[in-house]
Amino acid sequence: MSTTESHDEATAVDPNAVNITINGRSVSAVKGEMIIAAADRTADFIPRFCYHPRMKPVGMCRQCLVEVEGPRGPMMVVSCMTPVADGQVVRTDTDQVKQAQEGVLELLLANHPLDCPVCDKGGECPLQDQAFSHGPGESRYVEEKRHYEKPIPISDLVFLDRERCILCDRCTRFANEVAGDPLISFTHRGNNTQVLTFPDEPFASYFSGNTVQICPVGALTAQPYRFKARPWDLEERESTCTTCSVGCRIAVQSSRDELVRYQGVDSDPVNWGWLCDRGRFNFQSVSSDDRVTTPHVRDGQTLVETTWVDALSRAAQLISSASGKVALLGGARGTNEDAWAWAQLADLAKFKMRDAQMGDGLPARVFSYPQATIDAACSAPTIILLAPDLKEELPVLYLRVRDAVEKGRSRIVEITSHDSGLTKYAWKSVHHEPGHQLDAVRATLADTDIAAQLAKGPVVVIAGRSSLAESEANIMAALDTIVGSVAHVSVLPALRRGNVRGALSVGLAPTDGNDATHILKSAVTGDIECLVLLGSDPLSDHPDADLVRRAFASVRNIIAVDMFMNQSVQSASVVLPAAAFGEKNGTTTNLEGRVTNVAQKVTPRGTSRPDWMIAIELAHALGRDIPLTRVEEVQAHMMTSIPQMQTENVAVALRRNGIVVPTVASAASSAAVTPVGTRNSYEFRLVSGRKLYDKATGTTASRSLVNLADSAAVYVHPQDLERIGKSDGASVRVSSSSGAIALPVHASSAVVRGTAFVPFNLAGADVRELIRHDQAVTDVRIEGI
Amino acid sequence: MSRLNDANVALAKEIIARYPRPKSALIPLLHLSQEQNGYITNDAMAHLAELVGVTSAEVYGTASFYEMFKFEPVGKYVINICGTLSCALMGSEELLHRAEHKLGVKAGGTTPDGLITLEHAECQAACTEAPCLQVNYRYRFRVTPADVDSLIHDLRAGKLSDEIPAHGTLAKVRQHIPADRGVGAVAPEAATTAPAWFDGKAAL
Repeated sequence: MSTTESHDEATAVDPNAVNITINGRSVSAVKGEMIIAAADRTADFIPRFCYHPRMKPVGMCRQCLVEVEGPRGPMMVVSCMTPVADGQVVRTDTDQVKQAQEGVLELLLANHPLDCPVCDKGGECPLQDQAFSHGPGESRYVEEKRHYEKPIPISDLVFLDRERCILCDRCTRFANEVAGDPLISFTHRGNNTQVLTFPDEPFASYFSGNTVQICPVGALTAQPYRFKARPWDLEERESTCTTCSVGCRIAVQSSRDELVRYQGVDSDPVNWGWLCDRGRFNFQSVSSDDRVTTPHVRDGQTLVETTWVDALSRAAQLISSASGKVALLGGARGTNEDAWAWAQLADLAKFKMRDAQMGDGLPARVFSYPQATIDAACSAPTIILLAPDLKEELPVLYLRVRDAVEKGRSRIVEITSHDSGLTKYAWKSVHHEPGHQLDAVRATLADTDIAAQLAKGPVVVIAGRSSLAESEANIMAALDTIVGSVAHVSVLPALRRGNVRGALSVGLAPTDGNDATHILKSAVTGDIECLVLLGSDPLSDHPDADLVRRAFASVRNIIAVDMFMNQSVQSASVVLPAAAFGEKNGTTTNLEGRVTNVAQKVTPRGTSRPDWMIAIELAHALGRDIPLTRVEEVQAHMMTSIPQMQTENVAVALRRNGIVVPTVASAASSAAVTPVGTRNSYEFRLVSGRKLYDKATGTTASRSLVNLADSAAVYVHPQDLERIGKSDGASVRVSSSSGAIALPVHASSAVVRGTAFVPFNLAGADVRELIRHDQAVTDVRIEGI
Repeated sequence: MSRLNDANVALAKEIIARYPRPKSALIPLLHLSQEQNGYITNDAMAHLAELVGVTSAEVYGTASFYEMFKFEPVGKYVINICGTLSCALMGSEELLHRAEHKLGVKAGGTTPDGLITLEHAECQAACTEAPCLQVNYRYRFRVTPADVDSLIHDLRAGKLSDEIPAHGTLAKVRQHIPADRGVGAVAPEAATTAPAWFDGKAAL
């Protein structure tokens, strides 16, 4: 009976549960937990600087002193380093505790410059706040304070003011323990102890912004936010970052109707409070001067500004005159509501084809496998990586997976044709040439060691497009084999675009295999006459540059809905300016299928409008009414019209951790494996993947990030470089059957012998000139110029 | 240039192999590097970082903690004059002034000929023999101003070259640990048997 069961549950004793007393009140805790963590669940706040719940304690600042009763009376202990014990009696409010905490604060302030009026942290500073709440109020120190050069840049994004630093070890611990980039360290000794980088070697971590957020004083400040606002001037709403598909929770902060900062919010199933620098600092693109803020229509060779009424009627006209030969490309940039409204429009206006991806992802049937969450992946004994470099493409997922390995929960089996950021954490790395992942997978599964590891329990495959220079069919065939032969397996799709899963779920998935590549091919053959670009830039993003160029030349009209005049938008006949992230409300779906909210914080620039509103207006102009006027109505209709969202309560999705909604996808059928020819020994097999900082508009339109991107180069194994007789940095000509590019060559031991790695979408020579959509792999020659 | 030379790389690898975790070898390797170059250069730290698999910043953090690692060239002889309490009471300030006068450099400086670096030091743990000083970490006890004069004279005349090797010299004879005396690179938690040199004796 159910009552008995619940009774059993109530009396079942957790062997790890302990009870302690804090200030006379009983608190339940778990063995191994520190006193300060238990106290955080009560009303008794213990002051602290170095303690951070997502990092190991170090007892560096000594601010969290409390009294614990012992056999010889009360003893002062640091509560962040003292584990709870059953029956422990803790007091945080005695005179002795108060005196000790005041003493520590007086010492911490002995060298602190107290330049709060000119400090970015002033107003939200733990040192300032706790000096008021737990400090002595006055200092006995009259001596000269330490002096250092005022802020020194330790990277392009972060400044360090050593005078303000209280040496809490948070930033250095974060760099080492969480990010795995120990590029900052305590140096020197005693009174001269200071945090520094190695001379002339910047703190070039993808996660450096987190150190600014967790710095408990104003020692670390972020270049994009310096002197932009005071904390008490900031308005804030909790939202979800849509830069990539991890969907980190963020606080979007604005001052005077301009976005000035994103802060990470601790969402337990997703980002643990961390953000990557690209996601953190690309708010600058929203207020970029390059935004398209008014509608444009084509007048001969140029695009001229016009009114919404005119632009919408022109767009409607173009769609009508294409008599159904219309295709929609994109939709992964916006919210679920945006994608859903556009899917409605595409249905009503009978668009022939649609795809939210750009030939650089995986087919939507990847969602038909048993699905894993990030938490499931990071608690599984085995994670199989059949994915792009997570550190470059899904950085916070990289942090979570790295944590799972470092804490000994998971082992990584990586099957890759290029070393990734996780290779050094991998238990096994199986390298293969592109086109041979199926052989590699079979060999991996046949290995007795690996088979024993896989048998240990749930296995999660993180699956994505590991290289853009080969057919997705290669990856799907390998994935099919793993899913078909490993027990307790589930898949975490590592598709990269912000809301790609949402867009594919709410109606922008291609039907009958008419994906982006097929749409472009149809444009070439005249089967598509009008192309609608919904925040997409195929001219820069689709791997086959030649195909896109031919499609753009053949297609009669292009209608672009975008925030920027990117390369593809410049070819459009009608440009409709779209509201950016932070300028619209809605929901987004991350790579797990987790639906969370996206919040509007600032007014859309110029006359730009959210995508969903444009869809409804355009439907109206086409004489097809979608009778919805507010995003809440769109959301409600979307939630009721999509079966898998139907049962879910919108309100749940709008809470911090959101809700995982299953994605309906057509059942998997095994992919036709394209036979891969053997490579000539004088050729290289091409591998191409994305870097965190590339030519993406969100990055190039952000002043602080634009200069962080590398320029294009080809990387080969050092022995291969020797074999072709080139020196590191020499200019070479890389040619495939479809084109040739000139770029510098570098040696890299991350590259598998016989392959050549060219990063995707960087400034300089474009690797897409070498790639053909109809070839399973791309073989290239490298010659001197 | 200031990376370890081939012979020292071979030695470095031998030293690294004595530890269960490569980065444990960092301090001996820093000494080795200082012996080779006279001081610790940025290139050397970057090289050691490669050898033990940490970042240059971590090597810098470790190296800069220790007074005995120098980041600027120093003289062939480094004279450390103790200035802590016992020595101060016994007249170390006068010794320092005397040495500064005699050498023509302030504490922290090196003579133009590169022979002698003069430094003020904190307690050298020889308070019963105050005032004391060290030349390349070799003690001189109960030093008088006249002793300072003669020390500097002797150093300049090369009379002490047998007794005091140049700064940075680790030892005149390289340490060699025979295979049967080494403990091997086994992590303490992974050790299952007593080391060979234990000779079956009971654990302490």
